Amino acid sequence: MTFTSYDQWWWPFLFILIAGWLATDSWRFLGVYFGGRISESSDILVLVRTIATALVAAVIGNLIIFPSGTLASAPMVLRIGAVAVGFAAYLLCGRRVLVGIAAAEIVLGAGLMTF
Amino acid sequence: MEHAAPAVPAGRRTWYLRGVQAAVSVPGLILASAFIGFAGLAKESGLTLAQAVFMTGMVWALPAKVVLIGGILSGTSLPAAALAVALSSVRLTPMVVALVPELKGSRTPRWVLYLLSHFVAVTSWVLAMERLRNIPREMRTTYYAGLGSTLVLFNMAVVAVVFVVADSMPPMVSAALLLLTPMYFLTSLWGSARERAGHVAMVLGLVLGPIFHAAWPGFDLLAAGLCGGGGAYAYHRLSRRRAG
Repeated sequence: MTFTSYDQWWWPFLFILIAGWLATDSWRFLGVYFGGRISESSDILVLVRTIATALVAAVIGNLIIFPSGTLASAPMVLRIGAVAVGFAAYLLCGRRVLVGIAAAEIVLGAGLMTF
Repeated sequence: MEHAAPAVPAGRRTWYLRGVQAAVSVPGLILASAFIGFAGLAKESGLTLAQAVFMTGMVWALPAKVVLIGGILSGTSLPAAALAVALSSVRLTPMVVALVPELKGSRTPRWVLYLLSHFVAVTSWVLAMERLRNIPREMRTTYYAGLGSTLVLFNMAVVAVVFVVADSMPPMVSAALLLLTPMYFLTSLWGSARERAGHVAMVLGLVLGPIFHAAWPGFDLLAAGLCGGGGAYAYHRLSRRRAG
């Protein structure tokens, strides 16, 4: 039962609906249901945040190490180098997201033109 | 103004439009660039334009969508993909819990709150928490409807446009496009971490993701999320005990 298991046109939409919409809006609706009854600093919420962060970070790691499409044509050293420079620029320039993204893109672009 | 000043300060439509205006901001711009990256990623993963736009409207939260795409890419089955997305989205509950008391007026029906909660994702939430306090209480739901619907609809359009023009892009531009998502999350996750455990979770996830991907494809995200998140939580408990 993967995304590409069935040929019917509606299967990918059903997949997105169940694995995407249901898996996100249930949590939002639960939040409305609970109203103001959970404190933001409660300890269980720290675990909620660390699991969510690690999950997204895992996808990011995969996208850098095992990229798809045209990014795969850039050598691994260049991909990691671009990301590292971008992240360093982000930290050094007052944690501005746009600065980090721009720096990484410049390194990637320069690298692709050289290789 | 050709009309006399109305007795009511401003109507619903005015507040809706002010919400729309609030979407045009630096966080809104950063979000749009993240959606350009998401569209590139979705296209490379084999999604059609309709599927990607549908996913944008229905899921909305970008981390959840990136995890869902990650699951599609590693050939994850429906239940495992749903579990990974659900685990990445538990945080939406406390976000909504914090937003609801700010949002609701004295006579706001429940269903309006359920409907508006769909717009909750990091950017709209941050903007709302920052600005709602300056909006008259009875107009806050209208304002948030303007803000949230604009962000969702605009980024659905962004995704569609990127899908259309992506085919004619030179390979270098499309490689740059695919770097947007990792860079966006690398920087914004780091910046939004409330405690040091968030940074630990990020580093663990970055390292464990590719390791589990090679070792256990299909369950890589779940395993990395649970191990990395659990490890970071253990760090949190231990460091607090040491400090206390």
